Amino acid sequence: MSLSSQQEITDEIRARHAEYKAAVAAGAPEQTQPDIGFAPYRSSILRHPTKNLKLVDPETIELFSPTYGQRDVADVESDLTIQHAGEPLGERMVITGRILDGDGRPVRNQLVEVWQANAAGRYIHQRDQHPAPLDPNFTGAGRCITNDAGEYRFTTIKPGAYPWKNHHNAWRPAHIHFSIFGSAFTQRIVTQMYFPGDPLFPLDPIYNSIQDQKARDRLVATYDHDLTSPEWSLGYRWDIVLTGTQRTWSEPEGAEQ
Amino acid sequence: MTTLPPTPGQTVGPFFHYGLEIERGNELVPPHTPDAVLLTGRVLDGNGDPLQDALVEIWQADAAGNVPRGRAMLRRPSYIGTHPVRREGTEFTGFGRSATTAEGEYSFWTVNPGAAADGSAPFFAVAVFARGLMNKLHTRIYLPEASDALAADALLSSLSGEERGSLVASRDERGNLHHDIHLQGEKETIFLAFN
Repeated sequence: MSLSSQQEITDEIRARHAEYKAAVAAGAPEQTQPDIGFAPYRSSILRHPTKNLKLVDPETIELFSPTYGQRDVADVESDLTIQHAGEPLGERMVITGRILDGDGRPVRNQLVEVWQANAAGRYIHQRDQHPAPLDPNFTGAGRCITNDAGEYRFTTIKPGAYPWKNHHNAWRPAHIHFSIFGSAFTQRIVTQMYFPGDPLFPLDPIYNSIQDQKARDRLVATYDHDLTSPEWSLGYRWDIVLTGTQRTWSEPEGAEQ
Repeated sequence: MTTLPPTPGQTVGPFFHYGLEIERGNELVPPHTPDAVLLTGRVLDGNGDPLQDALVEIWQADAAGNVPRGRAMLRRPSYIGTHPVRREGTEFTGFGRSATTAEGEYSFWTVNPGAAADGSAPFFAVAVFARGLMNKLHTRIYLPEASDALAADALLSSLSGEERGSLVASRDERGNLHHDIHLQGEKETIFLAFN
């Protein structure tokens, strides 16, 4: 099968977004999640359910989440720049933010996992065939546990854009993968954080599988000069809101004894 | 009343393994111990082809039906290198994570979840992620035995027979469980959205 051109993909994205906007203008609800059957992302075509999701009341176990505590990950795991003998190449930066439920309550003591490409746009993963250099001082995986204010914080380097084979000359905008647990398993989320003003945004079918611009904007971090350190690092802020509310909010989840 | 709009999900992509894999993360109990049950199955696409880059998570009650409060397992694969090994004791954590193999198979060593209440049908809560799958999918895997409870279950009783079958595991003569997850197609699994 021959690969589509970027223009074909871009045209498909624009057509889908135009349909969505027309539907919203005609009274359809605004979408807050990606369209799982977004054909410009070619791999999605055979990998999404075609039936509607079945709406149910969460039961028992689904109202709870695996339990974590502050000591469950090591401090070093939240600093991706100190996991090797030397310093990784790239723009050093801090990413921090709050994880909240739909009512704005902080999600405390929950696990946040991140993984990303290096500054050259290369993942350490063995299946990544992008002929850009690996960085012997960068793995690109980190973990932390949110604090009592629901805050996470990572020190890392800015990942590079990287090519993929969705279509001819396809490039992903720079992004960091995030995996987050809420206080209920129903709130589980895996997503990607992007950087403001990326020129690849209009070209990327994964980012654009979220058809609503306001929803797409929620995946873009904000540059925050107050998070920078002079002569040392840049800083970005990105808050995450989980679906729905928490089972309770006064119960200390996984609090340290 | 929910007020803040949620952050959208995105695909887990093809390169999640080094970010999400936990050493023996699919062993909720030690393999081959007396009460251990092997839960296996494949994740399949709309052509019936197995996914080599899917991630399946289970979260379950313990054998007595209680919500586990043991700390989740977090040991890292050894190739991460410098991280200390962490696992809080041997308490049952109820959480497992399994990346699919080249044959598209996930597997967990665990125990049968107990019923949360008298007469309720025991199930594993499941989250599925994959390259090509734009957002997580939730489903359930019910144990096949409790036929009265299965018939009375709010979700299962709202489905057709075929749909119901997509949520109930089969058990082999050794007591192990098998359950394929079909992302699409004639045997498409029932996936859930929550009120």
